[in-house]
Amino acid sequence: MSAFTHPYFVHALLAGTAIALAAGLVGYFLVLRAQVFTGDALSHVAFTGALAALALGYDLRLGLFAATVLFAVVLGALGRRSRADDVAIGSLFSWILGLGVFFLTLYTTSRNAANGTAGVNVLFGSIFGLSSGQAELAAVVAGVICLTVLAVARPLLFASVDEAVATARRVPVRLLGLAFLILVGACAAEATQAVGSLLLLGLLAAPAGAAQRLTDRPYHALALSAGLAVAEMWAGLALSYYVPQLPPSFAIMAVATAVYAAALVATRGPHARLGLAEA
Amino acid sequence: MSTVNPATRLGDLVRHRVPAQPAGPQPPRSPAVSLRGAGVRVGSRTLWSGVDLEVGAGEFVAVLGPNGVGKSTLIKMLLGILPPAAGEVRVLGEAPGRAGHRVGYLPQRRNFDASLRIRGTDIVRLGLDGDRWGVPLPVPARFSARRREARDRIAEVVELVGASAYAHRPIGECSGGEQQRLLIAQALVRDPELLLLDEPLDSLDLSHQGAVAALIGRICREAGVSVVMVAHDVNPILAWLDRVVYIAEGGAVAGSPQDVITTQTLSRLYGVPVEVLRTSDGRLVVVGQPEAPALHTDRHVEGGGT
Repeated sequence: MSAFTHPYFVHALLAGTAIALAAGLVGYFLVLRAQVFTGDALSHVAFTGALAALALGYDLRLGLFAATVLFAVVLGALGRRSRADDVAIGSLFSWILGLGVFFLTLYTTSRNAANGTAGVNVLFGSIFGLSSGQAELAAVVAGVICLTVLAVARPLLFASVDEAVATARRVPVRLLGLAFLILVGACAAEATQAVGSLLLLGLLAAPAGAAQRLTDRPYHALALSAGLAVAEMWAGLALSYYVPQLPPSFAIMAVATAVYAAALVATRGPHARLGLAEA
Repeated sequence: MSTVNPATRLGDLVRHRVPAQPAGPQPPRSPAVSLRGAGVRVGSRTLWSGVDLEVGAGEFVAVLGPNGVGKSTLIKMLLGILPPAAGEVRVLGEAPGRAGHRVGYLPQRRNFDASLRIRGTDIVRLGLDGDRWGVPLPVPARFSARRREARDRIAEVVELVGASAYAHRPIGECSGGEQQRLLIAQALVRDPELLLLDEPLDSLDLSHQGAVAALIGRICREAGVSVVMVAHDVNPILAWLDRVVYIAEGGAVAGSPQDVITTQTLSRLYGVPVEVLRTSDGRLVVVGQPEAPALHTDRHVEGGGT
């Protein structure tokens, strides 16, 4: 139990658990709605937003949330029926990443590099570097994301699998699509703090993909996705603590990938190959 | 429906369908659909106008006509998704979109993605409670009367459409005909008074077309549900039809199948020769139902294809 005597580990556990819970819930709908690519785009935006904030002298997290949520709204406006389409995402993709590189250069040259590893931290996460205040705020934001997802889960499920009938039933399909993208944006900003912008997609997609392989009941899959994400977060943090050579981001992603692969193998049948496409 | 006894037969459900008024006698049942001088516009293009139509309670009405004349648009207007450009439209005595779960809807669709891992019963259940916020609490059905009611109601409609054998399978793994039956169950699960069906037979092979048409006809006859069905081919549903609406040339002609489905009327509506034959057992067969000339010009403008 010695791990819990270290404040940094407790902070990581608190933030990590809440973030994983949010990522598992949001990820289920991301996979269901075939919007995993959106998560990929958001990882680039998260990187650029965080470095822009640093370059301009603001809190990194301010840039993270502002960029990802703003991008989610833009995607919702560009993509038809708030399902961001591939061309809309692709057009903004490279430009945004290039902008991130620009801000990184600006930051490291003008702010005489007090925090020289900022770029690496944003890309790959620094969950063991969270302060008590940072961890608590991350947990609160993740909690709000979770509650919001649960509040809209049923109509969002309806709108995701059966848009026309949901529209006829007066489910606000467009509004839900936009709200969901904003949730994904906020979740991406959260996950960046845990596993980094480059790896956040794994936290969003892997547990959800595994859950959808393992059960065909939507609400069970939603709960399972969140449960798997939390378990993978815990396993990754523990692994990283006891084997210091393993950075936490790697350990978490390794466990998540292993679980997904195991789910694929365990449920292998006529549709096992389709599962790969979902990730 | 808030109280559905598992033993209740479909016929009983019909009698329960209109919620009891707190005071006074039940108002007489208004026509399921009524259009007076209705017109609809998509963008700047008027699809049709000056349409008068009345669908009585319990009637089976087919909406026929060439592609692109606004048959689906009529359904969308009845659902309240698209406002009428002119005239008066009433659905079950209310403005379109106000009748809520008293209207069941089956959209025109392609099939569910084969990788969609959600059971057929879950799809049906979305028709029951999908518009409610939140998530269902994980309370075992043993402890929740509402859960039991929902479960029984779903089992009942799934049984009604003959989908019990595959309703527990992921819907992506079901065939087109099986998916269509489950979707009809979804449209029926809240016990509607009016079914709006947009080409429900379109993606089915011939034997399934007949079976699904018979299922819808049976629901209409036995449960007294009014049916408005957009159809491409009138033959599979001819036996069940009370009335036919042909949309073409910016307007519509409504009447009994015997009046409307004639060589003269159809040829005039389509602007090309169409022949209506009568088989030895008295059934009508429409031959040479062509694509509308208007459609061809559209396609040339849009895609340059044939």
